[in-house]
Amino acid sequence: MTTLTIDHVSRWFGNVVAVNDITMTIGPGVTGLLGPNGAGKSTLINMMGGFLAPSTGTVTLDGQPTWRNEDIYRHIGIVPEREAMYDFLTGREFVLANAELHGLGPKAADRALATVEMAYAQDRKISTYSKGMRQRVKMASALVHDPSLLLLDEPFNGMDPRQRMQLMDLLRRMGDEGRTVLFSSHILEEVEQLAAHIEVIVAGRHAASGDFRRIRRLMTDRPHRYLVRSSDDRALAAALIADPSTSGIEVDLAEGALRIQAVDFGRFTALLPKVARDHGIRLLTVSPSDESLESVFSYLVAA
Amino acid sequence: MYDPTVARLTYRGLLGRRRALILGVLPVLLIVLSLAVRSFSGADDQVASDLLGGFALATMVPIIGVIAGTGAIGPEIDDGSVVYLLAKPLKRPTIIFTKLIVAIAVTMAFSAVPTFIAGMILNGNGQQIAVAYTVAALVASIAYAAMFLLLGTVTRHAVVFGLVYALVWEALFGSLVSGARTLSVQQWALAVGHKVTGGDLVTSDVSLTTATVLLTVVTVLATWYAGQRLRSLTLAGEE
Repeated sequence: MTTLTIDHVSRWFGNVVAVNDITMTIGPGVTGLLGPNGAGKSTLINMMGGFLAPSTGTVTLDGQPTWRNEDIYRHIGIVPEREAMYDFLTGREFVLANAELHGLGPKAADRALATVEMAYAQDRKISTYSKGMRQRVKMASALVHDPSLLLLDEPFNGMDPRQRMQLMDLLRRMGDEGRTVLFSSHILEEVEQLAAHIEVIVAGRHAASGDFRRIRRLMTDRPHRYLVRSSDDRALAAALIADPSTSGIEVDLAEGALRIQAVDFGRFTALLPKVARDHGIRLLTVSPSDESLESVFSYLVAA
Repeated sequence: MYDPTVARLTYRGLLGRRRALILGVLPVLLIVLSLAVRSFSGADDQVASDLLGGFALATMVPIIGVIAGTGAIGPEIDDGSVVYLLAKPLKRPTIIFTKLIVAIAVTMAFSAVPTFIAGMILNGNGQQIAVAYTVAALVASIAYAAMFLLLGTVTRHAVVFGLVYALVWEALFGSLVSGARTLSVQQWALAVGHKVTGGDLVTSDVSLTTATVLLTVVTVLATWYAGQRLRSLTLAGEE
């Protein structure tokens, strides 16, 4: 059982606060660290991995501090976000070097390469690898010593759907084996597919924690805004406002469009095309006007 | 203290195709110059000493030291791949010490060896000049490697600062301002070289004792501090 404890941790760079008084406990199983870009996820992961000192607070792994404690790496496997990784080596040479640095031999390296299904390309130079292959070799290097805690910073970035599936299967397996697996992502769907437990970070703060269904509900229940252009804006507006899924409509004369606020996301998205068809109105533009993750997350923070 | 895996990774990074080419340019130039000088003016002790002192020791050794010393760690810190060394149950000073050994070996190989060959070409080691400058280059290699390895852990612009030190301080100030000469690796190395020849073809502004003490202090301090730097090295995220 490996538990990572983050206790009232803050980190600032000059007068910029990257992580603001976060307290959380990460236990066995897969945990997703969710937040928009720039929220402080990497800073937090770097502190978890002992690569950055907290300005205040402590990060401990089963009671041991992670900062300035090289022995902690016997238990931690790290998959960094950055791409660079001794590109002049072959995949096997790289993983073997990682094994040797842990005092292990070729057996451990081969096992790790087999786990990530990279044995077939292990003798090629890393510089010739695709993004997904690099990610898997990084993963192998993090697994050579069979760590009980696995930290992954944006592991799915740039992966194609098949590679993503493979990595998700692998992480799920690691979690089922009782390892503590923490990965960061700014994509809700990724986190939702993989992690039963989610920690949400927004603007350096701990915004939400817990079961993904609860967080998902928080995210979808918020009011959604749409910008809609049609062949007859006023007729469309009249028809839509009659339904309780819509809470407000503004006719934006300058834009020549409707600004619609929907309270029931699911119902509204089904209603809009139906109403348009029934009234013989052509929809020209339907665009969500606040779908950026930042707005989703800021709603979460307010909730 | 010495980790063979760290050493292997460092050697392969340092002697990658492009950097090995850069490392090879000056030694080749030195040998070509020596061949030309020898064929034009014959064996002349003074000319041999001028070329080995003015070009080999004053310019080539520090530049090779900059490339090998900063190159042994700088690029890994820059691109973040050092994380694969740091995320291991490995003492940080072990990483630095190993990289220092590699940087010294590479600097010696690319500076002292060609210096010796050039000396032999120039005057066949007459008056021990080839050996004296080779010993000086070996000694300087140690101090330069340690200094520039430290520089590689301190700044992203280690190569620039290193070259400024090597060319401006050592080559320019060192020859104009006498005070600067006391604080010059080149002069310390020359003091050791002088001990080898005994003659007045290889001379230094500092005594052998001062030189030995300063060389040791600089090497030890730089290595120790580089270890400390690596211990506190933080890998801030992209954000």
